[in-house]
Amino acid sequence: MTQYAALIYTADTSPTAETGTLYEEFGTNNAASIRGGAGLHPTSTATTVRVEGGRGGDVVTTDGPFAEAREVLAGFYLLEAADLDEAVTIAAQIPGAWGGSVELRPTLDM
Amino acid sequence: MTEASSALAETVRDEGRRVLATLIRTTGSVTLAEDAVQEAVVEALEHWPVEGTPDNPRAWLTTVARRKAVDMIRRDAHRTDKEAAAMDLTGPAPDLPESVVRDDLLRLVFTCCHPSLSHASQTTLSLNTLCGLRVADCARLMLTTEAAMARRLGRIKHKIAVAGIPYRIPSDAELPERLDAVGSTVYLMFTAGIAGEAVRAELCDEAIRLGRLLVDLMPDESSLQGLLALMLLTDARRTTRTDVSGDLVLLADQDRTQWDGALVAEGLGLVETALTRSRHRAGRFELQAAIAAAHASAASSADTDWADIVRLYDALLLVEPTDVVRLNRGVALGERDGPAAGLAAIDDLDGLGRFHLWHACRAELLVRLGRHDEARTAFDSAIACSPPAADLRHLERRIAAIR
Repeated sequence: MTQYAALIYTADTSPTAETGTLYEEFGTNNAASIRGGAGLHPTSTATTVRVEGGRGGDVVTTDGPFAEAREVLAGFYLLEAADLDEAVTIAAQIPGAWGGSVELRPTLDM
Repeated sequence: MTEASSALAETVRDEGRRVLATLIRTTGSVTLAEDAVQEAVVEALEHWPVEGTPDNPRAWLTTVARRKAVDMIRRDAHRTDKEAAAMDLTGPAPDLPESVVRDDLLRLVFTCCHPSLSHASQTTLSLNTLCGLRVADCARLMLTTEAAMARRLGRIKHKIAVAGIPYRIPSDAELPERLDAVGSTVYLMFTAGIAGEAVRAELCDEAIRLGRLLVDLMPDESSLQGLLALMLLTDARRTTRTDVSGDLVLLADQDRTQWDGALVAEGLGLVETALTRSRHRAGRFELQAAIAAAHASAASSADTDWADIVRLYDALLLVEPTDVVRLNRGVALGERDGPAAGLAAIDDLDGLGRFHLWHACRAELLVRLGRHDEARTAFDSAIACSPPAADLRHLERRIAAIR
């Protein structure tokens, strides 16, 4: 089994009640493969933190996301699947993939 | 290379590929299996010329490759003997039935052409893993340096390992789409060879080799027969496509007596089988091969059955509705119904303004209609699209000819 982060990129908006229902449905249908995850508030709520000069340096915070983009990280799942084909099948059912896209990244063992 | 040693190298390569496919399944690691088979192949090329080729070359290579794999696992401090035992590598090599070996090879084909890899990665990996080309040769064919190629292959194999790209034959439901990816990869490899400034013959040869392997592995797939036929019929014209100075010779002006008769015959036979088998559901490869066959079986350009070719393009448009196919159909129409009809069909296409062949085809039809000023303008537009050097020289000659 391999673990994947399924990173959901969509338009930068708050989810509607309708998308909430769709995600609930996805969660129920794929409970066996979902190891974790969360939806995110829009990037207008984001704060970006950077430590300048490396460890122990100055903490600099900026209002907003790391980078402005048309599609932004809107949520993620941690999935477990036998192989990439199975992970793709699951990712294709994430509502965010229907209008936006889902990036699958294998996770590092830590 | 002498004939005997080249035949030996061929055997080692073919058998090595089969041994590799099985060892990948056993060890679950492309890299480990490749290193082990590579060492076994080196040993074979040292021993066989002296001691003679063993009765069962595959069994010999399998035994040596498995021993090498165990050695490698032992050398790797992170692994244990138990792993080698768990992989079932330590006992005597099992005598695998041909069907298992075939399926292992198929798994490898589908892994190399997995849709999560870019087309360039699929081609690169196929050359290295399926064709068994050394990194230096892959680099030469893909027009890059050996170091860059080694890095690229490393990245691809790393992705296969960590992203969990499966090593299996797709289910029946997935097969058509995945088979299409496999066919596209092989055909891209072939066209990359043809489109090269000097035809990169080896790239064409490797693509044909893979095409043969696929037909051999999946004898019921008409699309693969079509693909192989298309490559053979195109390849049969290889030497007549350019003249001694490397300039382009159009199909109509090629010396048909110089076409490779054996390749044409084999291609025509395959087209017939592919069309019979696919019946009314012929895909793009079967239809493109049928068009190539119509050209190949005409004694001269004037003898070509253009009505048949237009009909085949109509069928092709149903499965591949692109402007490039419409352009080719327009040219065929110009032969069947005269230049005015062809020009009207081509002028209807408005998405090809940046494609030099669209302008060039318009120009040729305008020449035939006696509209020389417009033809010159169209040739100039073709040149403005910065075509490949051989096409550019051809266009310049054509402009000079109508002055």
